[in-house]
Amino acid sequence: MASNSIKIRAKLKEDVVTVKALMTHPMETGNRKDSKGETIPAHFIQEITCSSAGKEVLTAQWSGGISKNPYISFKYKGAAEGDELTLTWVDNKGNSESAAVTVS
Amino acid sequence: MKTDLTRRMLLKGTIASSAIGIAIGAGLLTPKAVLAAWPKEAFTAKDIPGALSSLMGSDSAEESGDITIKAPDIAENGAVVPVTVSTTLPGVESIAIIAANNPVPLIANFNLKEGAEGFVSSRIKMGKSGDVIAVVKSDGKLYKAGKEVKVTIGGCGG
Repeated sequence: MASNSIKIRAKLKEDVVTVKALMTHPMETGNRKDSKGETIPAHFIQEITCSSAGKEVLTAQWSGGISKNPYISFKYKGAAEGDELTLTWVDNKGNSESAAVTVS
Repeated sequence: MKTDLTRRMLLKGTIASSAIGIAIGAGLLTPKAVLAAWPKEAFTAKDIPGALSSLMGSDSAEESGDITIKAPDIAENGAVVPVTVSTTLPGVESIAIIAANNPVPLIANFNLKEGAEGFVSSRIKMGKSGDVIAVVKSDGKLYKAGKEVKVTIGGCGG
């Protein structure tokens, strides 16, 4: 699925790949209240999975404590130029999105 | 006679299936609990030892100088506090980020798989000033480091 809600980059330098990703998500904790004093229901990304060339390199579990429009960066070894890196997130409402990028 | 028998069976069947229905209703067979790998307990724990023991199986973490936390000394906006954790510890399995004074202290847990370096970076919310703690699981043991961040405007709640 093509999506514009995830921006992802994977740069290879001296056999270490640095991944930077930016997602669009409200990341509501469920603790905030709107102007009418009503609680805004929780809506945040719970799980992140990153795979490189079909192998998982990083998974993460999040709470609503991650900032709105989350940013994540990590590094890994063992990838070659041209490998495909995919990032998938699932939120607490069961929505899911994913994006792929080629390691360069 | 024959119709009577089927009627019996039908009744039995209804009772059996309603029993299952009750079990689901009571939360005994919640499908969500089976499917989700997301550790709800750890993410609803109000204190750090509670969160750690349900997430990592233990709350005793050793202070380590091999963990570096990069975060601002003073964060003007608590809604966006950049935090980078890096470690030189060998065999890192996971890195957890905790904000000590948040209503729910556990913010994130990163599981590093094969090939992943001991490095994660993200942006977190902080309700008020306090320590940002990184807990690293390396070779089955827990290590931690902390850094104080002063927050001018809180990022959680109202």
